[in-house]
Amino acid sequence: MFRNTYDSDNTVFSPQGRLHQVEYALEAVKQGSAAVGLRSKTHAILLALKRSTGELASYQQKMFRIDDHVGIAIAGLTSDARVLSNFMRQQAMGERMMFNRPMPVNRLVSSIADKAQVNTQEYGRRPYGVGFLVIGQDQSGPHLFEFSPSGNSYEYYAMSIGARSQSAKTYLEKHYESFADCNLEDLIRHGLHALRETLQQDKELNVNNTSVGIIGPMGQHEKPISPPGSFRILEGDNVEVYLQSMEKKEEAPAPASVPDAAPAPTADEDVQMSG
Amino acid sequence: MTIPDMDSVAHPQERRFNPYTENGGTILAIAGADFSVIAGDTRQSEGYSIQTRYAPKVFRLTDRAVLAVNGFAADGNMFVKKVKQRLEWYRHAHAKDMPLRAIARLIQTMLYGRRFFPYYVYNILGGVEEDGTGAVYSFDPVGSYEREACRAAGAAQSLVQPFLDNQIYFKNQQAAQGTSHPAHLPLETVLSIVIDSFTSATERHIEVGDGLEIFIALAKGRTLQGMESIRGLQELTVAEDGERLFVMRRDLKKD
Repeated sequence: MFRNTYDSDNTVFSPQGRLHQVEYALEAVKQGSAAVGLRSKTHAILLALKRSTGELASYQQKMFRIDDHVGIAIAGLTSDARVLSNFMRQQAMGERMMFNRPMPVNRLVSSIADKAQVNTQEYGRRPYGVGFLVIGQDQSGPHLFEFSPSGNSYEYYAMSIGARSQSAKTYLEKHYESFADCNLEDLIRHGLHALRETLQQDKELNVNNTSVGIIGPMGQHEKPISPPGSFRILEGDNVEVYLQSMEKKEEAPAPASVPDAAPAPTADEDVQMSG
Repeated sequence: MTIPDMDSVAHPQERRFNPYTENGGTILAIAGADFSVIAGDTRQSEGYSIQTRYAPKVFRLTDRAVLAVNGFAADGNMFVKKVKQRLEWYRHAHAKDMPLRAIARLIQTMLYGRRFFPYYVYNILGGVEEDGTGAVYSFDPVGSYEREACRAAGAAQSLVQPFLDNQIYFKNQQAAQGTSHPAHLPLETVLSIVIDSFTSATERHIEVGDGLEIFIALAKGRTLQGMESIRGLQELTVAEDGERLFVMRRDLKKD
């Protein structure tokens, strides 16, 4: 293909005005398992599908705490994610030390975006191969940001990244207008439904492969933590109660979920939220 | 021939900026069987002047660890911030709080790292160990440390520590015939000893006074027995099923 001669050097544009190395880095993000983020007026949450290499292996960690008020979900090269999340932690801690207040979330995301941009413009360096969904809370309320290895970052009402994330995005686009007034449990339910859309045939969300990150006031199934509202990750048995609250995968009537055992071999119906 | 009087002879003098100063105050910690009490007065002074009547010297590190710092206040405050940052890194790496004896060792390495320009701080770390026992660790400015049942440090150390040796370790005191000294004291007794230590120190030492802050760390599952009558008790922990941490404040004489 034509692009082969322009895609080895980070510092060479293609005739179409593209940097292919950066685009290949974005491919690495698309290879990672899915992560979904969404927010309401009071909360911002992340949901991630954890992958494991086999039955004997553990599930890859997808979520990191950055500070009391910021957390991230990753998709792509986990090793790059650790380096960048370490940098974010240093930035957040440094701001607290210097200015005696938590780092504003947009400033924190900009700091890694600027750091990632450097790797798209220097000879011999490769872009980071990981994308983040960042949730945080500051004086202007809860936020959700996407960070990508191109050095771009945007704020979103809802977003998903990783493998088959388009299916999740379709669900989110359909329902996002109702998110603002959702309570935490309904917001998580929406997120789980969106995440479920990214699953392959025969796979399901369970306590081993699902991770939920929350920022905002304590929900009804949670225990108090200090400081209140800070970022926390729910995994394992803690996720069970939310998985139970999901609608069944087959088309279900609007109110209660009917325990229909017949599997759906064709494409999933859009899930209807009750109430 | 007169012998020159050394005081009137001119000789070279080196003038140098002194990086340290003494800010007075006193701290104290006592360990019980399943609790630990860490206290400090709130006066900060320099020479004969009071800088402020309320400058905290005792800080919560985790739900089960409290650090009291005394000596040079600027070094004390900065040292606490740096310890808290190290605890935050531990939390990021391990998703849980650092155990108390690990914090004690960490403090030693942080202090010794500045062996040749020390933090002019006498640290006392108090709290609950992983095994549920009350603990007190005391440090010198370059990191020498030891676990003890009780320790006082600061301006009124020489007034308070002997009192503690008598009341906590029962030194120079014989138990009544047929009885023996209790191995551990109850919380109410310990709190009385703490308050009396500070009121007495305030009477006789000019650098001690204004206010008293007392932190009480309780082991997991320990009831609030002995604390019902304390007024102004404030809980710092949120969960009720883990270790619990409380703080109380009292006034001390302002003269």
